Amino acid sequence: MRARLTRDQMAARAAREIHDGMYVNLGIGIPNLIPEYLTGVDVVIHSENGLLGMGPMAPVGEEDPDLVNAAKQAVLVAPGGAICSQAESFAIIRGGHLDMTVLGAFQVSATGDIANWAIPGGKRVPGVGGAMDLVAGTGSVMVTMTHNNRDGSPKVVEECDYPLTGRGCVKTIVTDLAVIRVTTNGLVLEEVAPGFTAVEVQAATGARLMVSPELTEIAI
Amino acid sequence: MDKTIASAREAIADIQDGARIMFGGFGLCGIPENLLRALREKGVKDLTVISNNAGSIDLKAGGAYGLALLFESRQVKKFVGSFPGPVAKLDYFLGPFQSGELELEIMPQGTLNERIRCAMAGLGGVYSPVGVGTILAEGKESRTIEGKEYLLELPLHADFALIKAAQGDRMGNLVYRYTARNYNAVMAGAATTTIAEVEELLAPGAFHPDQVHTPGVLVQRVVVGERYERRV
Repeated sequence: MRARLTRDQMAARAAREIHDGMYVNLGIGIPNLIPEYLTGVDVVIHSENGLLGMGPMAPVGEEDPDLVNAAKQAVLVAPGGAICSQAESFAIIRGGHLDMTVLGAFQVSATGDIANWAIPGGKRVPGVGGAMDLVAGTGSVMVTMTHNNRDGSPKVVEECDYPLTGRGCVKTIVTDLAVIRVTTNGLVLEEVAPGFTAVEVQAATGARLMVSPELTEIAI
Repeated sequence: MDKTIASAREAIADIQDGARIMFGGFGLCGIPENLLRALREKGVKDLTVISNNAGSIDLKAGGAYGLALLFESRQVKKFVGSFPGPVAKLDYFLGPFQSGELELEIMPQGTLNERIRCAMAGLGGVYSPVGVGTILAEGKESRTIEGKEYLLELPLHADFALIKAAQGDRMGNLVYRYTARNYNAVMAGAATTTIAEVEELLAPGAFHPDQVHTPGVLVQRVVVGERYERRV
């Protein structure tokens, strides 16, 4: 069947990049759906408000207002979890102690620049939160996002024209249409959504893609 | 040594118009609820507030919580923080922001932390790699250290730090609960006067010294919170 991936399918594909022994920060949105697909993976989830070892959402009636994640939702602590202050939590991020961060984005460029915090010329009040810290400090940054905006315009572009969050930091892009690696030679298309061709994905993308010789369909 | 004050109202009695105040908490988690309510009642104006978020709102019922109380009552002149959040969409925040009445200083969350920590730790600043190559680097001194570019981030001082702990003693030793530690543990000692509200006051010695998160020397006043909503 030919269809773009759902948000859950993107989260499931992204989860396959996460392996035993990793410390991972998951952003708000699609990344937040990833834990459901990490069953059996020995991973510690970092929440930047000061929780290392985030567990599942707190069941209704068992919410503790003193125990929340970065999205301000009541959660549980996983066995072996640890609490730290904000300064220590961001020292962990900035100091390169996390293995991976997964974030949403407005745009990603051909060189791995990411824009995910502000809209140009908008009258909205800006807010950056931990996004710049995460992309600056984490060795492996993965982006999960839809491949195109609602008007069809591409989100993977040669150069970002939205305000940048960081330069040259994205390593992997998982969209509803493709899995793309950012390499020193440029963007490599490794996987396409079932039923789509590399030519079609290229046409929906604002940057030149090199097609991997091992191109496959995303396993759903 | 006894740093306890009888009420939140008395604890903030010397906070005047134009004060610079840090507020512990992340969203509504670990906010000094009682001190915030007392500030709203006192009606001090032209405040500069330093906080991760601008409080919280109940979109359905329309209520303002945490720091949003001070924006709702137009007591704030400047917000210094990282992520104002949903409060920023409301007329009482957006209106003054767009007219220039409300000033904003936005920075990365970790930078906010380190700048506060500099004030607490007596440092003249720190070099951070966060924000290099972005518009938030504009106007900042940059320096290449061991081949990597950093931005000079200066200390963030305040007149008062209002923080919250689960437990404290009269000497100002504090213990936080879960993620309510957040900014509370960072802001303690970063202002001229640190006022801690606690849910429970214990006798000195009740905590094992290994357990203390914030040593009492960083805290000038301790008040037991009168009433807790403890919203998620």
